[in-house]
Amino acid sequence: MIKIIKYVITDILRNKIVLVYTLFLMASAFSVFGLEDNSSKGLLSLLNIILIVVPLVSIIFSAIYVYNSAEFIELLVSQPLKRKSIWLSIFSGLATSLLIAFIIGAGIPILIYQANGIGFTMLAVGILLSVIFVSIAMLATVKTRDKAKGIGAAIMLWLYFSLLFDGFVLFLLFQFADYPMEKPMIAVSALNPIDLSRILILLQLDVSAMMGYTGAVFKDFFGTYVGILFSLTILTLWIAIPVWYATRKFNTKDL
Amino acid sequence: MRKFLFIATCLFTTTVSAKTIHVGANRNYKNITAGIAAATSGDTVLVDAGLYREQKMTINKRIFLKGIDYPKLDGEKKFEIIAIKANGVIVEGFRIMHSGISSLEDISGIKVYDCNQVTIKNNILEDTFFGIYIQNGVNCTIENNLLTAQGGEEQQNANGIHCWKCDSMRIIGNKVSGHRDGIYFEFVKNSIIMRNTADKNIRYGLHFMFSNDDMYVGNVFRNNGSGVSVMFSKHIKMINNYFEENWGDAAHGILLKEISDGYMSGNHFSKNTSAIFMEGASRVYMKHNTFENNGWALKIQASCMEVVLEENNFIGNTFDVGTNGSLVQNTFNHNYWDKYEGYDLNKDKIGDIPYRPVSMFSMIVEKYPPAMILFRSFITALLDKTEKILPSITPENLKDNAPLMKKAF
Amino acid sequence: MIIASNVTKKFGKLKALDNVSTFCNKGECIALIGPNGSGKTTLIKSILGMVVPDSGFITFKDKNILHHWQYRDEIGYMPQIGRYPDNMTIGQVLSMMKDIRNKKNALDEDLIHSFSLHQLLNKRMSTLSGGTRQKVSAALAFLFDPTVLILDEPTAGLDPVASEILKEKIIAEKEKGKLVLITSHILSELDDLVSRIIYMQDGKLVFHKSIEAVREETGEAKLSKAIARVMSKQSVVE
Repeated sequence: MIKIIKYVITDILRNKIVLVYTLFLMASAFSVFGLEDNSSKGLLSLLNIILIVVPLVSIIFSAIYVYNSAEFIELLVSQPLKRKSIWLSIFSGLATSLLIAFIIGAGIPILIYQANGIGFTMLAVGILLSVIFVSIAMLATVKTRDKAKGIGAAIMLWLYFSLLFDGFVLFLLFQFADYPMEKPMIAVSALNPIDLSRILILLQLDVSAMMGYTGAVFKDFFGTYVGILFSLTILTLWIAIPVWYATRKFNTKDL
Repeated sequence: MRKFLFIATCLFTTTVSAKTIHVGANRNYKNITAGIAAATSGDTVLVDAGLYREQKMTINKRIFLKGIDYPKLDGEKKFEIIAIKANGVIVEGFRIMHSGISSLEDISGIKVYDCNQVTIKNNILEDTFFGIYIQNGVNCTIENNLLTAQGGEEQQNANGIHCWKCDSMRIIGNKVSGHRDGIYFEFVKNSIIMRNTADKNIRYGLHFMFSNDDMYVGNVFRNNGSGVSVMFSKHIKMINNYFEENWGDAAHGILLKEISDGYMSGNHFSKNTSAIFMEGASRVYMKHNTFENNGWALKIQASCMEVVLEENNFIGNTFDVGTNGSLVQNTFNHNYWDKYEGYDLNKDKIGDIPYRPVSMFSMIVEKYPPAMILFRSFITALLDKTEKILPSITPENLKDNAPLMKKAF
Repeated sequence: MIIASNVTKKFGKLKALDNVSTFCNKGECIALIGPNGSGKTTLIKSILGMVVPDSGFITFKDKNILHHWQYRDEIGYMPQIGRYPDNMTIGQVLSMMKDIRNKKNALDEDLIHSFSLHQLLNKRMSTLSGGTRQKVSAALAFLFDPTVLILDEPTAGLDPVASEILKEKIIAEKEKGKLVLITSHILSELDDLVSRIIYMQDGKLVFHKSIEAVREETGEAKLSKAIARVMSKQSVVE
């Protein structure tokens, strides 16, 4: 399995897109820290990059890579190899290379300019989001045979997690304005890894506003060890469940 | 000439007659009550270091009571420790601890009853119910005292420096922590509160009611349960104070309720849930204040009128301004807002398009607090951008028509 | 060696394999023929485990292949269209496959040399022509000296010289007692190769006979003519 991971990673790293992604992350991270006169504004721009660009690139790049490797996967499947290890190798290879890109592209500037709690939270969240969206991409690609459809599905999933879901939450809040919604909101946030990540960063970034009544409810939950453990568990499940289900599907998939 | 001689003679006689009485374990007077009893107006009572358990010591003549090396006065959790009932008394240099607790009698470490020109300075008060309580005082000075209470329940704890129906007070350089309210003013006028520090008090760092024509300068109010509250007062000047880390839903850097003709300048608000909460304020002028890293820099309710903000700096706040209505009768001008994204084509250092400090999302949060969970999400950013282009629910005329491109000061 | 029993596979409404049962033995060279879309490739992929049958089962050396993968160690497979990671060179692909297979015994590098692939080791896969890729596929199929060779349209896209080299290689391997399974459209080139014929149509296995039997039945020496005869007979029956 490690052999295949090695080949997948070398194959991806030879691909210029990952290099461009790394450079893009690095350029934008350095410029937001360098150009903004106060670092909190820089952090906000970086937050948007981590919450929007990282999932987008992760999911679409992974989807395209899996579709483009269809023949390669076919070749591997005809070899004496376990399907499970082929699929997990592709997942690990994709996750590792996107992680390397993220850690180099965003990690270095963060460590230079913001080596503190916020910086580390952002880094951790970016790492988790990268892997989560590779995992979701694996699920999307195994479910759809057609490349165009599959990439479309990947884009829709990204749109759903980064925009539509929140619109739905907002709608829900308006509808149930008369009820105490703070606690249910915590449960709802677990349904979207981007939301959960955002809240984790928010608790560091906007700590003053988060101390208001509603914010305090979130802070009291997510700020405790139980809350952090809960968030990390949920985010890990967001990695594990899609990739587990995708592997199951791939095991009986016709190539 | 005769008049002068008379005055000189008077001075001479008083000086001569003033004596110093020593109190201490090795002195003639073993306890302070006895020392005071032996003294006459104008005498000095010097108290040696040691532990004194006087039960409700009363000073009823004009004396200077001074402790050497902080003698301890213990109220045994039952008694009021020092009661001052004469004009011109000075109390200095004691460690006053363990007063009784009673909400009926307002038991205090030091209580001043209807006097003028009393000075209380350089004392340490520990575990007192009320710390220093001035009732009907005029022209008194409370200076450089250190007041520490244990915190805990609001009922078990009263105010650090409490002034009621006073005039021309000077509260200077005290440190108050762990009390219910750090400094409490009710019906106090023409007074000054300067260079005090109030932190970790259970309710307010400073609580200010029905007190007109007062000024507070250079104080630090940090991490109090609900910040600072100034209510029902007129002509208050607030200058160069620091309001920091007052966190919580009902916590404000400063709450201004029914304030008129106030003046605020040079104040520094940082890391408060809401730096200023204004309700029913009118004719308040704010200039050269700094708002930094607050949840809300300014929550200004629609009941405020003629509030003017000029040349303030708003930096790194989560929300700059929050409001609950669309009626705006206040003026924002020449402030620096770090969120301003406009441009300055004619290079006069003033942005060419107005800045709207109220974001749509802050209006939503005002109405549906749990929406806070969506803060900084893609959708709220989109909503804010749309709102900037086509204002619909944010107040149309709440804007700074001349936002500064660079910090105001 | 390979036995398929009642194998059925549907892709949507289309029955790609309809209750197919057959067997392949050692030392045989079997031609899998039939019109386009008759289910030849699906059958091959089922044997390789790339397609999972809806019902029925396939055994390899008396073991059900479902959920097993080790048996593929004994198979060399040349796909219809061989595509490889674009960024890799021929050399890298070869060494990767060697790495994955992890075969210790001697490798059969005849085809690499006879196709002169060893001179192209630094060429990237993306720059190769379809024919060269087919050469790589063929070389890979034979590389590990497997006991079973499954070749899907092996000569499609190859130039006549290469095609002849490949044919000779196939014959040589057959002589060694290996099982060779070939699909092809071009029947003429199978003439001197095959010993048995499996004819498929519309997912159904129409017949499975030795080449002598087919020749006898049809009276045609040429395979292409014999099959044409069979096909026309088939349509008469229908």
